[in-house]
Amino acid sequence: MRNPLRTTHFFYKLNTQYSSPLKWHITGDSLLKIISALFASSVLLFLGLMVYELVNGSWLSIQTFGLNFLIGTKWDPAISQVFGALPLILGTTVTSVIALLISVPISLGIGLALSEYMPKKFGFAISFLVELLAAVPSVIYGLWGIYVLIPFLRDHVYLYLRTFFGFIPIFSGPIYGGGFLTASIVLAIMVIPTISSILRDLFSAVPNSLREAMIALGATKWETVKAVVSYARSGVIGAVILGFGRAVGETMAVTMIIGNKFQVWPSSLFDAWYTMSAIIANELLEATYDLYVSALINIALVLLFVTLVINILSRLIVWRSIRLVRGIVKE
Amino acid sequence: MVVPKIKVENLNAWFGKKHVLKNINMEIKENTVTAIIGPSGCGKTTFLRCLNRMHEIIPGARVSGKVIFNGINIYDKGVDPVIIRKKIGMVFQKPNPFPMMSIYDNVAIGLKLNGVRDKKALDTAVRQSLELVNLWDEVKDDLNRSGANLSGGQQQRLCIARALAVEPEVLLMDEPCSALDPISTAKIEALIRRLTENYTIVIVTHNIQQAARISDYTAFFYLGELIEYGPTKQIFENPKHELTRKYIMGEFG
Repeated sequence: MRNPLRTTHFFYKLNTQYSSPLKWHITGDSLLKIISALFASSVLLFLGLMVYELVNGSWLSIQTFGLNFLIGTKWDPAISQVFGALPLILGTTVTSVIALLISVPISLGIGLALSEYMPKKFGFAISFLVELLAAVPSVIYGLWGIYVLIPFLRDHVYLYLRTFFGFIPIFSGPIYGGGFLTASIVLAIMVIPTISSILRDLFSAVPNSLREAMIALGATKWETVKAVVSYARSGVIGAVILGFGRAVGETMAVTMIIGNKFQVWPSSLFDAWYTMSAIIANELLEATYDLYVSALINIALVLLFVTLVINILSRLIVWRSIRLVRGIVKE
Repeated sequence: MVVPKIKVENLNAWFGKKHVLKNINMEIKENTVTAIIGPSGCGKTTFLRCLNRMHEIIPGARVSGKVIFNGINIYDKGVDPVIIRKKIGMVFQKPNPFPMMSIYDNVAIGLKLNGVRDKKALDTAVRQSLELVNLWDEVKDDLNRSGANLSGGQQQRLCIARALAVEPEVLLMDEPCSALDPISTAKIEALIRRLTENYTIVIVTHNIQQAARISDYTAFFYLGELIEYGPTKQIFENPKHELTRKYIMGEFG
């Protein structure tokens, strides 16, 4: 057992021996501590201020429409001055869900390839490249979408889809090239780096003893990999939700591609739509009177709330899962 | 003469450039317990893992030589290691039940991997395997709960049950008691003796007394070489090699 008195004594002696320089060190240390604590807490302060400003700015809209804002389907700044966000909420949700349907299987493949199949050095290079995808500015994805993806999908994919499956309503109707399906595809590409790098970390944290136990039972590589995924499943769910949060908040590329058409439900997969973030980016500068501005800020508030909840939830799940996965190793 | 269950011929193993097993020749007899003893880093575990082709799953690991099991060299081209591992089961040093599976599924997983879907057959196999390791009475009411909540000794017996459920012919055990308390150790030692009726067991152990208690044959490894191999009684009472004598007397290791 350590004697607490003794440590005090030790410091006491140090203090008296080198009294002045040590004192300076201690003050310098605590000063740094206070300054960094201030910087760290400023993050919370900014978040608080942001929420305050958003609530403040949208107060007029909240007073005028109340909760009806969330279920209203009319957006008429010109004549009746009625604002409802339901079509935007639906647009954001549906494009994000489709983006996940596309990106989750691909990300699972990437995560497993990097952690289970590739040699370490090679895997490192690939995962670096995948993470680089996340650093590409969103406006570049938008441009790529407009100049490369839209012509390609319009001429080589959508046309055939309509020719062969046109009798199904979702594959009928005019083809613009842009639209909510195209936007979802771009979103999918944008969230793949996020999801796949978390999945790689998760799968790499799965202890080798699990793989060896499976292999020793006569499991094939594929069966072993399935066990790895099942072991990390709660983290996989967290990674997917985190990707959803990214997709929900994405603005620039979607605004450039989705077609920005305010409607509750599109007539087909090729139709244009609108999202919460896109309408703010498009209309805020043109909003000419207070209620209009307030309605747009109200959308921002809803968007912030949704993304915050999704992010907190997914982070908690991912952290808990990684801790769980590592914790079992120690036993 | 009895035909050996496993015959090892000129077995060499490497980790990268490190030569960890040097020219091992050995015959393991059916329905016996063979103990592998030796100081840390002498290649015991590597030897064990070479017997069911687990060595090669480590990146950079390499093997040469023959391991003849039931008349077939398991390192021949065209031999599927997956099938070999179903016939030669393994129990690891640290109990490693699958925490995401129930106790029932932990035992049934091997059979499910073999394509057994029949609920009744699975039920019977799970019960028999758990009874064999004397775990049935302790867990029969918790079959649907996670195996991660059991004690260390129970977990290890669960792992043995898991390995036995697929009815292997040989069971390899890598220091199965080193993480366990004396009571759990005694239970597993008694279990190993019982298993010799139907199984051939090769066990790596750090514990020399354990080797003396439970094994019929003992092999002493030192620096990647097989120094001495013979009936346990002879190895312990009348070792031929000076190194063996010193190790057993506890003069090094």
